[in-house]
Amino acid sequence: MTATLERGLNALREQIDAPVASFFTSCVSCGICAEACLFYKETGDPEYTPIHKLELMRRMWSNEYTLLGRAKSLLGLGKKITDDDLTRWETLVYDSCTMCGRCTMVCPVGNDITMMIRKMREGMSASGHGPKELVGAAERHTDGTSPMGDLTQALLKRVEQASKVTGIEIEVDKPNVDYMLMLSSHEIASGEEMIASVAKIMKKAGHSWTISTEGFEATNVGIQLGNRDVAANLVSRIVDAAIKLKVKTVISPECGHAFQAIRWEGPNLIGKEYPFEVKHIIEVLDQFRAEGKLTTNGKNGDRLTFHDPCQVNRRGGINKEPRRLMNMVAENFIETEDAGTMNWCCSGGGGVGANQRANDLQAKAFNIKKRQIEAVAPDAIVTMCAFCHSTLEDQLEANEMDDIEVLSLTEMMAEYLDD
Amino acid sequence: MTNNQYFDLLMWARTTGFDIALTIMVGGILLRVIEIVVLGRKKDFAKAKGSPVTQGIKTIFSRSVPRKGTMKEAPVTYIGGYIFHIGFFVAFLFLGAHIALIKDLIGLSWPDFNKAVIETAVALAIVAAAALAYTRFTDPVRRRLTGWSDWFVLIVSVLPLITGYIAVNKVFGVDGTLWMAIHILSAELLMVSFPFTKLMHAVTFAMARYYNGSIQGRKGAES
Ligand code: SF4
Ligand code: SF4
Repeated sequence: MTATLERGLNALREQIDAPVASFFTSCVSCGICAEACLFYKETGDPEYTPIHKLELMRRMWSNEYTLLGRAKSLLGLGKKITDDDLTRWETLVYDSCTMCGRCTMVCPVGNDITMMIRKMREGMSASGHGPKELVGAAERHTDGTSPMGDLTQALLKRVEQASKVTGIEIEVDKPNVDYMLMLSSHEIASGEEMIASVAKIMKKAGHSWTISTEGFEATNVGIQLGNRDVAANLVSRIVDAAIKLKVKTVISPECGHAFQAIRWEGPNLIGKEYPFEVKHIIEVLDQFRAEGKLTTNGKNGDRLTFHDPCQVNRRGGINKEPRRLMNMVAENFIETEDAGTMNWCCSGGGGVGANQRANDLQAKAFNIKKRQIEAVAPDAIVTMCAFCHSTLEDQLEANEMDDIEVLSLTEMMAEYLDD
Repeated sequence: MTNNQYFDLLMWARTTGFDIALTIMVGGILLRVIEIVVLGRKKDFAKAKGSPVTQGIKTIFSRSVPRKGTMKEAPVTYIGGYIFHIGFFVAFLFLGAHIALIKDLIGLSWPDFNKAVIETAVALAIVAAAALAYTRFTDPVRRRLTGWSDWFVLIVSVLPLITGYIAVNKVFGVDGTLWMAIHILSAELLMVSFPFTKLMHAVTFAMARYYNGSIQGRKGAES
């Protein structure tokens, strides 16, 4: 056995817990998870059946954690996991899964398949089977301040621009504030609009806020690659920054996996509760709305639909909040089929969008979303994840549907603030 | 074998055979459940938005109903699955002789169903099992997932239904002794294989659904 294989198997072994064992014990091979998965649905290839993507993890569980399997292993019978197996499963685990969570919602015995994919990636990456783009992004983010390298100067520039367009003073690294905003590198790269929008909303709501130059990047490639060490390191930068500035609440920006990373995985990655709260920006806006601090004037008259980011809604629990906000500013809001908890993935999540090898497969998988968009024929799609946002733009363009605009819900709310 | 020997076989199946099967089944299930539970689960440090425990318990039941729109994606699996499970349990739990056996074991009893209801349930369950087997042959996804153990489980679950029908209706002659013995032995085969096969899902589904519901529930997400 090679050293990397052994490292991978050890990492995988660490992931096997009672839920995993109960899931594999319960699976009745009914195949219902297949039809929930965009990759199977759009290709018809049974290789993409969600539970099949976990075959190696199932094999390890069966060989090492079950009575019969252990007996077989003692007799030298159980089928071992080899390097070739890992190579074969690499594309299944990374290229054909956006960790969208639909399979988890339909499995009749209740298996959280998505959570197991997340776990299996720990073993894959430890054995050197992570996609090179994700490995590269992890290295760049570990060495710099974002997966795009060091974005601190770019951030400061954007803050300055946002200050200028809004006429609101924005102070970075300001201690004792109510909110500390994180951003995704996409939002920093694409312009100053998100920062400007938050500045306007915070001013209107009467809350103090800041951005930390020591922990502003929200994306966390560690959870996509499946590398706990990388993920924990990136989370702790934000935690340290928030503690240093003594903020009450950290705002996770419009980014799905970032929310998953900082809100749900983060405390477990660092092994303790946070001394502050974490909220997704849309939760914050909805709270302001409920408190009467967010009032708007006028509505967008276009035909608008909403795209639910998987990690924010299905896997993040934010479903009604964006709809309440949409209804404040959209005159003509129409939902696609399956909208809400069972919404279909944009096709780019879970690291798939960054993984070039997966490009063609991703384009195929987008078709279900495409048909649903076509069916409601919107002028624009509103969303609350910067990565869904850019994926939708790219896929719409590739399908010659780029007359449909993609909008950020936060920016839209800021646009209609009354004064 | 003479009738007398059939009778001996039947008596063995009813007494010693049954005791062995029951011991293996109950002991095996306990071991398998313990083997899962001892693996444990790390404490979750993320501040809960919803209520993990309540939703976990709720999901044990709610997952019995297919999510809206999913039934049409795999109708044979869904409908066949329901009919098989319902038919099997109707025959298992509401046949007079079974109720008497259960009363002997645990002291509880309830009214039985009449023969026509039981036999309809058995017939439907057998047809449903045939339909499920058919999709395992013909549908690419099911074919990919189905291994020898899935076939084994399907066969040992159907055998008691078929042999029970034959025995009760004396299909092969007036003396049902041999077939009654075979029926009981087939049920014992089911019991003995239970802890070592996917039949375990009949116990662990509750754990799996609970975990799923509690993970999602903590986040305030649906499950
Ligand atoms: S839906 Fe659940 S039980 Fe059915 S094959 Fe998939 S994981 Fe197994
Ligand atoms: S999480 Fe989504 S993409 Fe991944 S296997 Fe499940 S349904 Fe498919």
